[in-house]
Amino acid sequence: MATLELQGLRKSFGETEVLRRIDLTLADGEMLVIVGASGCGKSTLLRLVAGLESPTEGRILLDGTDVAARDPAERDIAMVFQNYALYPHMTVFDNMAYGLRIRGLSRDAIRQRVDEAAGLLGLGELLQRKPRQLSGGQRQRVAMGRAIVREPKLFLFDEPLSNLDAKLRVQMRAEIRRLQRRLGVTSLYVTHDQVEAMTLGDRLLVLHNGHPAQLATPIEVFEQPADTYVAGFIGAPAMNFLDATLTESGRAARLAVGPVLRFPDGPRPGPEGRRLTIGIRPEHLALAAQGLPLAVELVEPLGSESLIHGHLQGGVPLVVKHPGHAPGGETVQVALLPEHMHVFDHETGRRLPPIGAETGAPRLVAAGSDQ
Amino acid sequence: MDRRTIFGGQLLPALLVLPQLVLTLFFFYWPAAEAVWSSMTTTDPFGQGSVFVGLENFAELFSDPLYLQAILRTVGFCLAVSVLAMAVALLLAVFADREIRGRAIYRTLLIWPYAVAPALSAVLFLFLLNPQVGLIGRWLNRHGIPWDYHLDGGQALLMVVLASAWKQVSYNFIFYLAGLQSIPRAVVEAARMDGARGWRRFRTITLPLLAPTTFFLLVVNLVYAAFDTFGTIYAITKGGPGQATETLVIKVYRDGMINQDIGGSSAQSVVLMLGVIVVTAVQFRFMGRRTSA
Amino acid sequence: MKRGPDYVTHAVLILGVLLFALPVWLILAGATQDSDAIARGELSLLPDPSGLGIYARVLFAGAPGSQPVWHMLLVSTGMALAIAVGKIVISVLSAYAVVFFRFPFRQLAFWAIFITLMLPVEVRIIPTYAVMAGFGLINTFTGLWLPLIASATATLLFRQVFTAIPDELVEAARMDGAGPLRFLRDIALPVSAANVAALFVILFVYGWNQYLWPLLVATDPRLDTIVIGIVKLIGVENQTDWGAVMATATLALVPPVIVVLLMQRWFVAGLTEGEK
Repeated sequence: MATLELQGLRKSFGETEVLRRIDLTLADGEMLVIVGASGCGKSTLLRLVAGLESPTEGRILLDGTDVAARDPAERDIAMVFQNYALYPHMTVFDNMAYGLRIRGLSRDAIRQRVDEAAGLLGLGELLQRKPRQLSGGQRQRVAMGRAIVREPKLFLFDEPLSNLDAKLRVQMRAEIRRLQRRLGVTSLYVTHDQVEAMTLGDRLLVLHNGHPAQLATPIEVFEQPADTYVAGFIGAPAMNFLDATLTESGRAARLAVGPVLRFPDGPRPGPEGRRLTIGIRPEHLALAAQGLPLAVELVEPLGSESLIHGHLQGGVPLVVKHPGHAPGGETVQVALLPEHMHVFDHETGRRLPPIGAETGAPRLVAAGSDQ
Repeated sequence: MDRRTIFGGQLLPALLVLPQLVLTLFFFYWPAAEAVWSSMTTTDPFGQGSVFVGLENFAELFSDPLYLQAILRTVGFCLAVSVLAMAVALLLAVFADREIRGRAIYRTLLIWPYAVAPALSAVLFLFLLNPQVGLIGRWLNRHGIPWDYHLDGGQALLMVVLASAWKQVSYNFIFYLAGLQSIPRAVVEAARMDGARGWRRFRTITLPLLAPTTFFLLVVNLVYAAFDTFGTIYAITKGGPGQATETLVIKVYRDGMINQDIGGSSAQSVVLMLGVIVVTAVQFRFMGRRTSA
Repeated sequence: MKRGPDYVTHAVLILGVLLFALPVWLILAGATQDSDAIARGELSLLPDPSGLGIYARVLFAGAPGSQPVWHMLLVSTGMALAIAVGKIVISVLSAYAVVFFRFPFRQLAFWAIFITLMLPVEVRIIPTYAVMAGFGLINTFTGLWLPLIASATATLLFRQVFTAIPDELVEAARMDGAGPLRFLRDIALPVSAANVAALFVILFVYGWNQYLWPLLVATDPRLDTIVIGIVKLIGVENQTDWGAVMATATLALVPPVIVVLLMQRWFVAGLTEGEK
């Protein structure tokens, strides 16, 4: 049980800056999910905490002690790897016991801890098997067990579910969450899968090109994305973006495709004609008798709903999620619901909150401040 | 090429490489340097001292018709052994790759000669081809074909080629079989759909796909024939009759150890080293190209 | 696709098997027969079970003018084992250092080892003899094996094997608290066990089959290997005790063949993987 604090963490490989200044505090028992596209630096961040890489700059405080200079073995951290990294020549029992043996635990203590973890994970019957005799899900459990028996201060998960098939992934996802809650171990979880990120994390850190784009609860990230990158990354199908300009003294946006939408939550700062990007999720668009004409190109029926892909006038692409079956016809009318509209500055891509509102969510990281 | 994860420390790795480096230094680099040095000296005819003569030994070597003949003989010998050993191995591998009963047994029975020492294959061939006690040698003589490799240089050469190739077939067989098994089934099936059969399929599909294996084996076989056959040749003929089976390695040994011509023998060693370096360089050049392709 | 047996295939393969087996059958059958009869060219293809005593004779007394075969087998076994184990040990250590550490002159060390690929003993007969004499290794058992254990092939193989160990496996071990030596012992070596086994077979056969090297460094008959011994036996063909030669040859043949056959699966896989 521990707190983790990252202060001004940076990492470069030669000329390439992989992580630019990460500041982060994890409360005791918290599960924080780091999410981002591949190459965003999320795995590097995890490896820095693990001690498998050393930071170019910054401090890693575990329970208030700087461990940045310590060897991985001395940090009291356990990690679950993407490909599980089980020792192929050892039995399940030995895989779990190896770290404890190196730490010099007594035979009885080792047996007790392994049995306990095996019971927790339903591995009791498999302890004498070798990894190659296990299914993917079982291997995943052993990797978890290896981390659990160590009773570490911190769990690190490096995309642990990405090698499982879809059904198993859903099942293991719930199991990981249940275990982590039950054990109450502070955890960092890296994934590129936004569904995993949304369901698992107490909070999310969205990384974009080594920058922390947003740090907030899953709901905050979804409802108040800090910038267009986060807005486009979280949520499926992705948010639609439309060009617009500020009008009516900041109380409305004039879309490039025509209509003027009034902001329900208050006026935005800036001169008349300030360029904006309006984001609206596909599920917040509705087919209506009167609206913008959408030239339909493709309809994907998903059973309970349909995705309608098309173009607005001027070739602006738009996706609509329509509950139920999509109507036939080459053109449909789409209504925008202003209460679900996200307003971003066109130049910076950053969220533009109404005048008087706080600038961003309370726990938002001052990201990109070094630019 | 390089790992992402490594261990820290400098002393430990230094200690780990030390044994091999020390042995390499003492038993490879020192003798090699010694060879280069003594190839440029000659022993004073009256005393024990040696005199530096520069490249004289090499000049002498390459103006010696016996040496030039030995080079040609060695090249011919190596090619004959390699082609024979590879051709037989390929034939056997192609048939052993077919779906037949007893495949595993056939393979085992074709692999074991790998373990036979080159010198021992000479002994085995003696019992086949010796004019008095050899099964075939005796038969030839009885049927009016004069056969005695002690007297006939050509027959001696034929015998060492056969004995040397015989021993190498199973090595080549192992590699050709592995090569054949790594040809994707789909490629063979596509060729069958295209109507290629029998010899034509072998020539246009199998053989080209085996080319990397063939090239690798050619290099290995040439090196084997040039160096490892010392035991085979020396056990049967000691290089004779005359110089009939004197390959370059036999000549180095005869000149250096038997005739005590240190300078000349060292010069021959240096020439051989250069030869091996060229062959290895060519090999890596082509192997490298293969892996990058 | 159901057809009768493929007679052509069987015929070719049986011919190949016979091509290898015939010479060996000759000595197996011949060893049990009367030496004078063999010398007269009356070698039968059928063994004579009453002549099996020849094996006991060569094993314990030896053929005329040679060491008892048991002694030569002992020297050969010792030499082959020392070469195989010695090579594996020093190659594992150096390959491990080159792959898992960054130290000054790492590349230089690797290339220094690698270049020795190009210096087989056959090309440096005379100077090596001189160096061996300088170390006082002529006519010693150490001289038979020590200089042969430094070679690039095994190091290259282990370098390849160690490089193929997944990074995450190393990281997992590090998180578990394993240091470099512990990782070598507990993970790297056990995971490479199949390669070690294959290499052991290859090197045992290599060591057993040495001829030029022992010929060069050992003139003392007590250091005769079985391969040296058998060639000595056929040296003077006129007074050769052919039965003893054949029995000795059989005994020289059997140990490496058994090692190859017993470990066939690993050996074949290791050989073809390692060279590519």
